Amino acid sequence: MIDPKRYLLSTGVASIQGPLVFVRNTTGVGLFERVQIMTQEDAPRLGRVVSIADDKVVVEVFQGTEGLSLGGSRIRFLSEPIVLDVGPSMLGRVYNGVGDPIDGGPRIIPQRRPHIDGLAINPVRRDVPREFIETGVSSIDALNSLVRGQKLPIFSGSGLSHDRLASNVARFARLRGARAEEFAVVFAAIGVTFDTAEQFRREMNEFGALGRIALFLNLASDPSAERLVTPRVALTAAEYLAYEEGHGEVPSRKGYPGYMYSDLAAIYERAGRIMGRPGSITQMPILTMPNDDITHPIPDLSGYITEGQIVLDRDLERRGIFPPIKLLPCLSRLMNHGIGDGMTHRDHPAFAQQLYSSYAQAHRLKLLSSVVGEEGLSDADRQLLHFGDRMDDEFIRQDDQRRSLEDTFDIGWRLLAELPDESLIRLSDEQITEHVAAHRHEQ
Amino acid sequence: MSRAEVFWLNGPVLKARVDGDFKMKEAVFVGDDRLAAEVIRLDAEAVTVQVFEDTTGLRPGVELVGSGLPMAVELGPGMLGNMFDGIQRPLESLAVKQGDFVTTGINVPALDRQRSWEFRPLVQVPASVAAGRVLGEVQETPDLTNRLLVPAGTGGTLEWVAAAGSYRIDEPLARIRTDGGTQEVALMTRWPIRVPRPTRARRPIEEPLLTGQRIIDTLFPVGKGGACAMPGGFGTGKTVLQQTLAKWCDADIIIYVGCGERGNEMAGVLEEFPVLDDPRTGRRLIERTVLIANTSNMPVAAREASIYTAITIGEYYRDQGYHVALFADSISRWAEALREISGRLEELPAEEGYPAYLPSRLAEFFERSGRVTTLAGTDSSLSVVGTVSPPGGDFSEPVTAHSRRYVKNFLALDRERAQARFYPAIHPLQSYSEYTINTAKWWRQHGGVRWEERRGRLLALLQEQARLEKMVKIVGRDALPPSQRLALFCAEIMVEGFLRQSAFSEVDRFCAAEKQSAMLALIDYFIQRAGRVVDRGLDPDELVALPVVRRIQRMGEDIAHHEMDQFEALTKELDAALDTLEGRGEARDHRLMPR
Repeated sequence: MIDPKRYLLSTGVASIQGPLVFVRNTTGVGLFERVQIMTQEDAPRLGRVVSIADDKVVVEVFQGTEGLSLGGSRIRFLSEPIVLDVGPSMLGRVYNGVGDPIDGGPRIIPQRRPHIDGLAINPVRRDVPREFIETGVSSIDALNSLVRGQKLPIFSGSGLSHDRLASNVARFARLRGARAEEFAVVFAAIGVTFDTAEQFRREMNEFGALGRIALFLNLASDPSAERLVTPRVALTAAEYLAYEEGHGEVPSRKGYPGYMYSDLAAIYERAGRIMGRPGSITQMPILTMPNDDITHPIPDLSGYITEGQIVLDRDLERRGIFPPIKLLPCLSRLMNHGIGDGMTHRDHPAFAQQLYSSYAQAHRLKLLSSVVGEEGLSDADRQLLHFGDRMDDEFIRQDDQRRSLEDTFDIGWRLLAELPDESLIRLSDEQITEHVAAHRHEQ
Repeated sequence: MSRAEVFWLNGPVLKARVDGDFKMKEAVFVGDDRLAAEVIRLDAEAVTVQVFEDTTGLRPGVELVGSGLPMAVELGPGMLGNMFDGIQRPLESLAVKQGDFVTTGINVPALDRQRSWEFRPLVQVPASVAAGRVLGEVQETPDLTNRLLVPAGTGGTLEWVAAAGSYRIDEPLARIRTDGGTQEVALMTRWPIRVPRPTRARRPIEEPLLTGQRIIDTLFPVGKGGACAMPGGFGTGKTVLQQTLAKWCDADIIIYVGCGERGNEMAGVLEEFPVLDDPRTGRRLIERTVLIANTSNMPVAAREASIYTAITIGEYYRDQGYHVALFADSISRWAEALREISGRLEELPAEEGYPAYLPSRLAEFFERSGRVTTLAGTDSSLSVVGTVSPPGGDFSEPVTAHSRRYVKNFLALDRERAQARFYPAIHPLQSYSEYTINTAKWWRQHGGVRWEERRGRLLALLQEQARLEKMVKIVGRDALPPSQRLALFCAEIMVEGFLRQSAFSEVDRFCAAEKQSAMLALIDYFIQRAGRVVDRGLDPDELVALPVVRRIQRMGEDIAHHEMDQFEALTKELDAALDTLEGRGEARDHRLMPR
């Protein structure tokens, strides 16, 4: 498979430190090129050149340096960047963290071998993401709408039900109207346990969705440096499926990617749409926040790069509310491109604004009443408090049911009907008459 | 040309053994693909450069060639309406050549050499001319004239000027005899990006840059020629606010630089600006806009350069006689690029890993804003508004803290407001503007009678609200005396009815000075009348459900600019409602007990 004339072999390993191998006496090695580390015993390991000083080269090994020795390791420089074989029939398969199939099936017959770092999309060729994706989850659809080509992470904590939410979204997601096609899903599991990965695969299988999924697995027990490669490999597969085969993609992943802003950006920015090409890449990465701390550098940097976030909450989870979405810190920056007249509903923007505003007030009052007691509150305040509780129980809570956008609107308007006009400042008189008044009669 | 051979490679930073003389900040090219790079350090035997493109595949032994010139941008007509990357490569032309993705080693001139412009000479030869003198002009857009100026540092006798006619930007249009010989002048000039363009004098800032945002124009005005920092954690609405300002502010020219930010956002700007109309001229917004996009996944060194590219273009249009506003999103991403390069150079890190020269770089950048008398003698300005993205939303971090030292206008964005979908999420007690005193005169001259006084009352009320809310947390709202409950209520009306403004409402996204004055007057009047009602012994809670109160809170969205008479009607409605209440209050006066 590898043309012997295209690679250089070196035995000059000078030192090994952590994931880094220092090689001397090299010539003609290029920056970031692909490297194989060969030993007598096992399969070649993947690495990459990270810096060069004259004939000395530093190689980052993605698959661990355990068992490598100075004398017994040969380094093969492959004169090309790290690539992934992509081709038809990539869906329905399971791959390891560097993109080799591990489901016992045949290798992918490469139609192309793109560089896994990808290339930046020229901003003038980007199409603005605006097609509303109905995820079937009220808190997302009505209040933090997802559109095709967006990157919307789920900020979670260890032990929260993010996997359940991700698999629901992967199953439910569809476009509205005539083009209600299904999405191809690229799922990159990064540093998760075998059980989690297996459960996701099983769920998808149960719902007959396995044929539209490509699963990339970097398990918790795999070398951690490999995790630098896994999201890139998965996105490369997604780009092929989206831009050449015309699927929409919802890749998800979990765990922490690299530290630097530019590094994270290189991954997240691969979401998008390109003018004149059929598919799109929508990312819903799952991030576990250490100690549920949203100011930790990973969620913090991600928040600056991604187009919003869905935040899960331990308190809601303990109260048995699924999905445990904490509305206030959630956001979808691209929402306004995808909702409103002709896309969802004319009054969707005002509806979302009003629900948010009232829910935020209810939240403030809840904190207040925990100090001064409910007696210190006025009747209007108590109404708002009650509204907040019903939001948690009737709007956010939906268990594993898929909810249509129409049902979501209906629940929301009904809850707003509990509040008097003077509390509904974000709604026009017409909106109140049209949507809210009818529910008031019911009550 | 000086040459060097690369021997050390680390990300975007290369070192090469020199053969010849290089200068600091000289533009250089690397390898057969001629990747663009810049000299950032010189040692006895080695030159260190930062490469503005992807360095994958470069090897030791690759040749590096000097240009002898500093990193510069091309300046001339044809920039308006265009989008460039951080080193001024025109992205539209790149897409035509390379397709949908940005690859390396493509050299496309920044300005179109083929296009011709209708030139009109405006001087007679011979004439004695000095730097900044207008020699002629072309019409860059239907609204904006581009002037051919005698370049800075040049002066002498104008020997020849081209006749009226059609010319390309690199054709000589005039010839000047100087002390040292003769110099030809063309529409296109080059200017090094890290050197401020000279002016005749700096002038005090006296006019607001009207943004159409009430909380900014009325409470924390941006000065025409001022510098403003807009910090906020993620999700607080920096970018939306920044874009709103870019759309509606009353500058002649907008430079918008997306520095290390999202590609989808730039796509949004590119889609929206060509269809939006400038409320003052009725022309398309894109015709007065230059866009610079170096998204977060484009090379980091070019991100560092993008800010300088943008501000040099801004200065060029300022020198043309215009009021220019530059929007940089985000200053933090630029500072991080600086940090990344500094780290690769193994420089000694200062606060949070940023290089020790971060404060001086920030100062140099913000100081390039200002109101000036240009070399051509015009009164022009360059305003700078930069967003700052503090990690964890912590304003004590170095980029926010140092930016604060060099700007006079600080618009702090608040997470709590943003979470309640209250926009613009500017925190009124953490923000300030030092341009208020200077701009008060402008407001007085433009219909804002008693502007300062009313503004002062609003700010005092907001301060009182914060104090009372602390008390409410301890004793509950009902325990406050009526006057304090009224203050809380009035503050809410003001916040909801005046400070909140919807960027997505066609009516409310832009608020003209006249409408702002009317709204401010009405809110102020409401507060005074409500005070009288409560003085008469009525409970402030009786005001809450008045339909007119709901009207006032929605007036921004409900009353359009052509319906200014509605404000009078609303005032009458308010009077009627409160008269009725007061009547009832008087009737009950005798049985009111103090709470």
